[in-house]
Amino acid sequence: MSEGRRLASVAAPRLVSRGSAKSALPLGLTATFLSVVVGLPLAALIASAGHWNVVTSPECVAALKLTLAVAALAALANAVLGTLTAWVLVRDDFRGKSALNAVIDLPFALPTVVAGLLLLSFYGPQSPVGIHVAYTRTAIWFALLFVTLPFVVRTVQPVLIELDVEMEDAARSLGASRFTVFRRIVLPNILPGIFSGFTLAFARAVGEIGAIVLISGNLPYRTEVASVFIFNHLQSGDPSGAAAVAVCLLAISFTVLLVVGGVRRRATRHERDV
Amino acid sequence: MSKYVLRGVAVFYLLAILLAPLGLVFYRTLAYDSHEAWQALTNHDTLHAFQITLIAAGIAVPLNTVFGIVCALAIVRGRFPGRGLLNAFVDLPLALSPVVVGAALFVLYGRTGWFGAWFLRHGIQILFALPAIVLATVFVSVPFVAREVVPTLRELGDDQEQAAHTLGASAWQTFWRITLPSIRWAVIYGVVLTTARCLGEYGAVAVVSGNIEGKTQTATLAVQDFYENLDHAGSYAISLALAAIAIVVLVLMTAIRPRESAA
Repeated sequence: MSEGRRLASVAAPRLVSRGSAKSALPLGLTATFLSVVVGLPLAALIASAGHWNVVTSPECVAALKLTLAVAALAALANAVLGTLTAWVLVRDDFRGKSALNAVIDLPFALPTVVAGLLLLSFYGPQSPVGIHVAYTRTAIWFALLFVTLPFVVRTVQPVLIELDVEMEDAARSLGASRFTVFRRIVLPNILPGIFSGFTLAFARAVGEIGAIVLISGNLPYRTEVASVFIFNHLQSGDPSGAAAVAVCLLAISFTVLLVVGGVRRRATRHERDV
Repeated sequence: MSKYVLRGVAVFYLLAILLAPLGLVFYRTLAYDSHEAWQALTNHDTLHAFQITLIAAGIAVPLNTVFGIVCALAIVRGRFPGRGLLNAFVDLPLALSPVVVGAALFVLYGRTGWFGAWFLRHGIQILFALPAIVLATVFVSVPFVAREVVPTLRELGDDQEQAAHTLGASAWQTFWRITLPSIRWAVIYGVVLTTARCLGEYGAVAVVSGNIEGKTQTATLAVQDFYENLDHAGSYAISLALAAIAIVVLVLMTAIRPRESAA
């Protein structure tokens, strides 16, 4: 055993020096593929964004405001309800729990336009429960709740599973109330997960079109979201203006990714130091 | 007591947002117009739309599977400056609006775009044709395999690979005999997610395809097109077929996930 380890350590320097040559091929392939498939189109988009006055036109400003507001509301609702759902899925036990757990991923598996149609069928003019919100801003919110549901659940769930229940038991035995235990022990641990889930959900909601297009009615100034605005502008033959608005959404997406990356690095810092 | 309140809220929320709408569409389509639904599903344009979707997925899924594995190897095993940037770049399609993706392809391959003009001179139609649909599908499904494989590869470490290497295995042998078998469940999980994304893509394809019925219409575009042309039975029928696929995907995800985390 010790001999083997010594052999390995002798061999290690040679392997490391060869490692850089070995990783050159995957890196080269990755960089080339990403540049052609993702990089070039985005570069072309930024280069062709010309009509910036489109971004500040009243219709576009209304669409952007609506998009950001409804996306934030949907992400916020799912931050609360997603955390609650994750808690129930980890700490509670009842029949059908594993089925419920599987259902969380439905929005990832289901085409978004089908999701929109389902919601329109249930919350539209023929609603079996008498809730008719189609072609209103509430409908957009419902659609975004649907597509962003898994994000917070799936970021909080693994943290809750790892969390040591003994800590909570200790706090309880020392007289802390259930709410205090949640606020002082559980919440600080799952907060990075909630935040990165919230941010990803927000980014996803800002860019959503498929789930919205059927149920929102797409009325300018009323229920037209940014992605639909870009779509319509492209169709009406102003790619330069559409590209300008698209660059704004691109900037939002990139910021979100950087923020999430930062939170993830902070959250796992002590793990990597060990 | 509070346990039941929490459970009730969670179950009600999932019912109201996910399950009830899904169940209602199955019920309405199958109970009222199952014959009409079948006709709508088997008509020429619908079958063609599914064919286009399958072609796009058939190209995007293998391509992004190979890319995802290679990319994960580069991110985890490589030592080079800018790894963080590469990581963020791979994830970008996840956070990006599909319409932005569509707009980017639109201006690149459009008549006046950098590539569009060249292709037009050589008589190759990209935009409003199958190539654009494929390009859009590939773009939006880039991250899934890589994202699943990266953590597995990181957890795996490279002890076994180094051992194989010291025993004289070539890099290629090491990959096929050691690395790939260890990450196979992560790869399969990633492939399932990629497939679901490809079949369900709407926004990017809607921008670049031109949505010409019987020509460049995909299944998801047909859902919207049929609905807006007041052919609700057809729209629901296609949705039902896509939802059935989604349920298969969910079952696969549930079956694979424990193996993936055990690997």
